[in-house]
Amino acid sequence: MKKESQEKIYAEPNTPTPSRPVIINPDVCTGCNICVERCSMDVFIPNPEKGKPPIILYPDECWYEGHCVFSCPTKGAIKFNYPLIMQREPWKDKVTGKLFWVGMKNPPSPNTKPPV
Amino acid sequence: MFEGKIIEWPYRVDYAREKDIETDVLILGGGIAGCWAAIAAAGKGARVVIFEKGATITSGAGGGGADHWGGAVTGNPRSSITAEEYAEAELRGGRYGNGIMAYIQGRESYETLLELEKMGGKVRDTDDVFKGSEFRDEKTKILYADDYTNGIIIRVWGTTFKPALYKECKRLGVKIYDRVMSTSLLNEDGRQGKRVVGATGLNMRTGEFMVCKAKATILANGRPSEVWEFTAEQAGSHTHNFGEGGSTIAWRAGAEFTMMEKTTGSEGGLGSGGFGSNRNTWFACNTVDDDGKEIPWLDRDGNILKTVSERYRPALGQKFFTNPRANTPYEYVCPSPAPIMPQLRKGEFNLPLYADLPGMPELERRAIFGLMVGQECKTKLRYKVLCDAGFDPDKDLAMMGSFLTPGLFGYQSIGKSGFPAVNTWGGRRGLGPGSVGGVVADWNLKTSLDGLYAAGDCLFGSYGHAMAATCGKYAGRNAVEYLFKAGEVVIDQKQVEAEKARVYASTKRREGRDWKELYYGINKVMQLYCGNFKTERLMHMGLMFLEDLNEAAASELYANNPHKLGRTLEALNVLDYAQAIMHASLARKASSLHLSFYRTDYPEIDPPEWNKFITIRLENEQVKVGELPLDYWGDYARNYKVSCQL
Repeated sequence: MKKESQEKIYAEPNTPTPSRPVIINPDVCTGCNICVERCSMDVFIPNPEKGKPPIILYPDECWYEGHCVFSCPTKGAIKFNYPLIMQREPWKDKVTGKLFWVGMKNPPSPNTKPPV
Repeated sequence: MFEGKIIEWPYRVDYAREKDIETDVLILGGGIAGCWAAIAAAGKGARVVIFEKGATITSGAGGGGADHWGGAVTGNPRSSITAEEYAEAELRGGRYGNGIMAYIQGRESYETLLELEKMGGKVRDTDDVFKGSEFRDEKTKILYADDYTNGIIIRVWGTTFKPALYKECKRLGVKIYDRVMSTSLLNEDGRQGKRVVGATGLNMRTGEFMVCKAKATILANGRPSEVWEFTAEQAGSHTHNFGEGGSTIAWRAGAEFTMMEKTTGSEGGLGSGGFGSNRNTWFACNTVDDDGKEIPWLDRDGNILKTVSERYRPALGQKFFTNPRANTPYEYVCPSPAPIMPQLRKGEFNLPLYADLPGMPELERRAIFGLMVGQECKTKLRYKVLCDAGFDPDKDLAMMGSFLTPGLFGYQSIGKSGFPAVNTWGGRRGLGPGSVGGVVADWNLKTSLDGLYAAGDCLFGSYGHAMAATCGKYAGRNAVEYLFKAGEVVIDQKQVEAEKARVYASTKRREGRDWKELYYGINKVMQLYCGNFKTERLMHMGLMFLEDLNEAAASELYANNPHKLGRTLEALNVLDYAQAIMHASLARKASSLHLSFYRTDYPEIDPPEWNKFITIRLENEQVKVGELPLDYWGDYARNYKVSCQL
């Protein structure tokens, strides 16, 4: 029988809710920090290590304007992580009656038609 | 915490550092109103400074975008409505509205939109996407919303607006200080009620104190909104950020406020407000129930409208209609979906309800979803997330997230903070969007304090993007005009020192109460003692508890970085604002349908002797109550001509 090494357990405080309003891909993000400068609530701080993704310090203050995502110059670096409080208001296919929602299993493909 | 470690604040902090600057026109708030004020003032050659708590390029309620541009009457080739007719309509029933701002908007909205276009804002259908549609003017390519006959409201590409305004401010040499929260106004001789000679600010990254001396100051920093209901988390897009305390600095400086006893809609639960509805941005989308049964649209007399087209036209004998809001007089009532509460109760309609975009004519569908939802400040994010998740307006019905809204079905819902949002009379307890109380201004958009002008939501009865823009311009022009007669500006050092001590007090403590807790303390008092059942006794208890909170909280709050320090000061602003609301509520000894104000000790609704504005202000730290007649602004055209500075 293999002896499992004991995993350390920490006295971790509650995390703010939501804890990740946006998700930054560290492999794509260049650390330009434009998102930091655009956020109207100043929820980000720059990473102490230059070139690394900024830190969302006050995710509880985010009010979902999305300036960070909309201003990012690097495709794929940052995306919205729609919080559960905004989810589960579905849409329904008018013909089939099937329900869809953000966060569902096996979601349909994105609608890439331009707005206007 | 970051990866389990607490890291150092990334900006160099120096609470002792003070930066003294001086300018002609100081603008507090870089939102829509503030930027337009800056552009107007700088355009006339004044030196202009903006203090903006966020980042001016994105800040404010209109920072992310806009779907509507309203009040486009004067100069609009489609509209035969006068600015006076428009202003009168905007006063709604009861006439508790801001006739001055509404008239300014009516006069200047259309031309202001054209100015915005010159700055780079996109305001017309230059790509001919909507060619041939009923709501497009073929000559100007301008798109209309709501009432197509009169074209008062224009559909716009609002995401292009703030960047264009920001660029114009920079081009004109406006000096912008971002991340600087205005903390107080400075008065001549440091005396409450005297001429405003500048303001103090706090840099929310470095903790630096700013003192700006200015001959003219323009207040454009919004107002608190979370006085009754605050959410510390679970924020989502339910929270409002209208400045969280902005105009309170004018209260402390002795400016006159009115309509502070008015309340408006609670957020009403976790449903997502207007999405998938049939009003405002979504006017006049089809609504169907869960079985696909359509809810008919009715004209103002209750007749069923057979076509979509008719929803966008005034009724026979009606000159124009205004966008749907509570208590609109019959003259201006718009078509609306049939009220279906009785049928719901009988099971004749089944929840949930859905916006039937596929059932709308194609161009109308694209205008509602692609253009308006895609361009409005808060909904453009939903647009992206939903489309990325596969939503297709051509085939999908979007669930109406607001079917829990109390006003819709008289349903008792839970407010966003978890406290019950008990509703009576379509009951309103919060300070959500929609016009509520605020600063009083005259035809120069000057407040009761010399040297202090105002624009945007800090003013009573203010509502909407175009009103903020037009009044920002107007205030900017008037502030510049004042420069010519304003005497020299002298800052009172004692007032500055007292303000510094107040601002930094919470940085001296290592522990205590956090700013969020103060919000809940305020909410508690307001919900219990200034809620749906107001009485003299209850409100006096409320006042006592707010004053007690002030003494207790002020000495307990702690802030361990400049960002939290700013939030702490916001919470303290909200506390002062709550006290002002309590005083105004005590002063009105009658109930009012139009103000959503109900006292069980004075239950008579809108008795004629109380049809007036109650005003309040601080004088030697005592509250002085006054009044103004409704229509205090007098003759619209004559007064505008004298004061518009054109």
